[in-house]
Amino acid sequence: MQNLQLLLQAPVFNVQLLLDGMFIGAIFALAAIGMALVWGVMNIINVAQGEFVMLGGFVTLMLVEAGFHPLLGIPAAAVVLFVLGWALYRAVIWRIVDGDMFISLLATFGISIMMQQLMNEIFGADVRTVESGLGVWFLFDGMVTVTQVKVAAFFLSIVIGLLLWLFLKNARLGQAIRATAQNARAARILGVDTDRVYAVTYAINAALCGAAGALVVMAWSIHPYMGLPYTLRSFMIVIVAGLGNLASVIAAGLGLGMAEQYAGFLLGAEFQLAFVFLLLVAVLVGRQITLARKRQYLK
Amino acid sequence: MRNRSSLIVLFLLIAAGLAGPWVAPAHLSQFSQLWLFMVLALSWDLMGGQTGYNSFGNIVFFGIGMYASAIVQVGLVYPVAEYTAAKGGGTEFVFSAEQLHAGLALGIPFGGLMAMLAAIVFGALLLGMRGHYFAIATLGLAVAAGELAAGWNYIGAGSGMVAPTPPDTVDSVRLIYFLSWGVAAVALLFYHWLLSTRFRMAINAIRDDEDKAEALGHFTVRNKMTAWAISAFFTGLAGAVYGNLSRFIDPIDIAFSPEIGVWMILMAILGGKGTFWGPVIGTIVFFVAKELFWTYLLGWQRVALGALIVIIVVFFPEGIVGWVKSRWPRLFTSPGKGDAGEAERDREAAHA
Amino acid sequence: MRDWQATDSPLLDVRHVTKRFGGVVANHDISLSVERGTIVGLIGPNGSGKTTLFNSIVGQHPIDAGEIWFKGQEISRYRVDHIARLGLIRTFQQTRIFGKMTCMENMLVALPESRRHLAAMFGHGSRADMERAAELLEFVGLYSKRYHEAGSLSFGQQKLLEFAMALMCEPQMLLLDEPTAGINPTLINGLVDRLRRANSEMGITLLVIEHNMRVIMNMAEYIYCLAHGELLAAGPPEEIRNDPRVIDAYLGVS
Repeated sequence: MQNLQLLLQAPVFNVQLLLDGMFIGAIFALAAIGMALVWGVMNIINVAQGEFVMLGGFVTLMLVEAGFHPLLGIPAAAVVLFVLGWALYRAVIWRIVDGDMFISLLATFGISIMMQQLMNEIFGADVRTVESGLGVWFLFDGMVTVTQVKVAAFFLSIVIGLLLWLFLKNARLGQAIRATAQNARAARILGVDTDRVYAVTYAINAALCGAAGALVVMAWSIHPYMGLPYTLRSFMIVIVAGLGNLASVIAAGLGLGMAEQYAGFLLGAEFQLAFVFLLLVAVLVGRQITLARKRQYLK
Repeated sequence: MRNRSSLIVLFLLIAAGLAGPWVAPAHLSQFSQLWLFMVLALSWDLMGGQTGYNSFGNIVFFGIGMYASAIVQVGLVYPVAEYTAAKGGGTEFVFSAEQLHAGLALGIPFGGLMAMLAAIVFGALLLGMRGHYFAIATLGLAVAAGELAAGWNYIGAGSGMVAPTPPDTVDSVRLIYFLSWGVAAVALLFYHWLLSTRFRMAINAIRDDEDKAEALGHFTVRNKMTAWAISAFFTGLAGAVYGNLSRFIDPIDIAFSPEIGVWMILMAILGGKGTFWGPVIGTIVFFVAKELFWTYLLGWQRVALGALIVIIVVFFPEGIVGWVKSRWPRLFTSPGKGDAGEAERDREAAHA
Repeated sequence: MRDWQATDSPLLDVRHVTKRFGGVVANHDISLSVERGTIVGLIGPNGSGKTTLFNSIVGQHPIDAGEIWFKGQEISRYRVDHIARLGLIRTFQQTRIFGKMTCMENMLVALPESRRHLAAMFGHGSRADMERAAELLEFVGLYSKRYHEAGSLSFGQQKLLEFAMALMCEPQMLLLDEPTAGINPTLINGLVDRLRRANSEMGITLLVIEHNMRVIMNMAEYIYCLAHGELLAAGPPEEIRNDPRVIDAYLGVS
């Protein structure tokens, strides 16, 4: 607990933790928005969510190794992942949309294993990152360091989230997506091609994650096995924030990011992931207890 | 399959296992693994297939059983912390045959019991959730357990723990084989009996419509807990033996391995969820496929396994037994289904 | 089974029960009582709170105010399974049976032994149980279908199966939610006859939600009428039939 004393004696460290948490939290929120979209529209919990993030990172990594500017990785990763998401929908996901929830959980879990093993075979299990070429700000006499790329990643993820929101609100296709989410049968009767809506939804989700992954590889680092924690974080954020509310998803994402930074600092970095997973269980159990009072179930 | 012929087949299977060391002495370790995996698949299916609670986290009981047993086996002879601090190796930590046998005799049941205890605690927290919430919560629990074990120095933290090294005087491969076979035989016979009792109907009722089961006055909470505790007990036993089979206990790659956690689900689904023979057959088929993958795919086997999951789950969710059942429904009867001939006569009478 | 001796107090006593969902008051200050051995009807237009009241009685959700007594003990806070074990069994409006099991298996699942100690769960079904299940299936006219998958039955037959399962539980009181809804009109008389026999021969007290006026007026000795979540009228069938408030409630004049 010596780190706790450190925090109390030098409050400026709190600023560092809060800022770092906020930056990474925006990425969590981005992946969570995608998960909420797929969950709400298709009634599928996409366990391969974190792997899409990881793939987006590797797409950017390849681009940079080929000599392109890293920022180009964001649109590139989004496009590649969009195509991949579409292809996955056409190959596998469409068969499980109306099926048993467990089947879709397990199928997307299988996809996630395939992707991480594939990347492990191709790139190896090492932790990778790309150089963004951006500098560092020092605040409070150098006590707090802020890398500019993290700030950029933060704002870019907020912008991407807002763009998606505008798309869902105003675009014709976005409206079709929302209609399908509310009542797929009614939408079908009214002439919405729900199959296409599902394909687009799944592809948009993959693209969102891909863009997030591009930001992650620039501002932090990636490796083939990073996916599952991202999936579980997204799940947790969606549970806390609900399916329909962008602002609360972002708030929950930022909150989780900060909580994680504190946990990592106080408990030691080796327990940071354990904290995330236990927090997930705690959130679920907490919801279950409040529901049990009304004799309802978490389902 | 009728109960009696099913039991005869089961006895034949178990008896065949007894001949293992003489038939396939070179592959005894693989066959040990096969028996233990069978226990894992059957135990998963008791919750996932029969009770309808699809757990992604049964691996947690495997790991708990493994560590609990190893701690007892080591702790009987040496202080555990010193043993793990020395990475379990070295020449100073030697186990005699008696110490090894005593450790196994105490450690394996202890592993099962600790897993069972954990199931009761986790069950109180998680069994109020349904559907995918339960699945994800158990997944979170399983990965958290692996991370915690990897940070706990007493059990060797991230560098793992080594099960007691048997002295040269003991034919350890054969010993572990018979332990694996023994655990599997007990589990197979127990599950075969359990699934012939009224308990099966009670948990099937939970799977098919939990609210209705409650409205009929069933103790649904108690029945779920019992099923999970039984499932955890045998998973823990299998873990305890598996630790001695692999000898090296890595927290994330072996004890709380997400890979083995998925395999047990896959074996049950491949064979046929919610049946006794499904997980048994599924284990055998999966095992053959896995050995082939590992031999011929050179590095790409794990990618292939991921693809296999997708293919089985999406295209073959009923499993082998489910497929056979839908083709030849008359092979399968239970007390509530009565005698197949009788049902047939009824059907004819109805059409007449 | 007959452990509780009849006293002066009614078998089921609902006292001033209120149930809200968010801002909506589904039941407001409802009191009703059912004497042992009687058949009592519960009527009211759609959305008047009949099923909500059933759910409150069997413990599906907590009530916001009031008390519910059964067999002389307060059950307001008990949970569904506990109340069912006391001998108060309900059927569902959307019939619920175990579709993948055969009729016989459905009946065996409803065995009261399932409700006793854990050890009893690890036994096999006895011949006596099978015979009783067969008897009850015969009683509702499903004997010839006893080895058919319950999901393959027609909707009406599923209702009958659900009724037989409820009887298998050896209840003291049954709450039936629209037993004749969706049943072929030619079969309704037979069903009413069976409900009466369950009451007279097996001594089971019935509280029945019913929309079919002819059926409920014929069967019930006493009728409660709900409207807009409140108790509108109560009395013997003749009285209810001629009550202008009830007629208004059904015709929508208010």
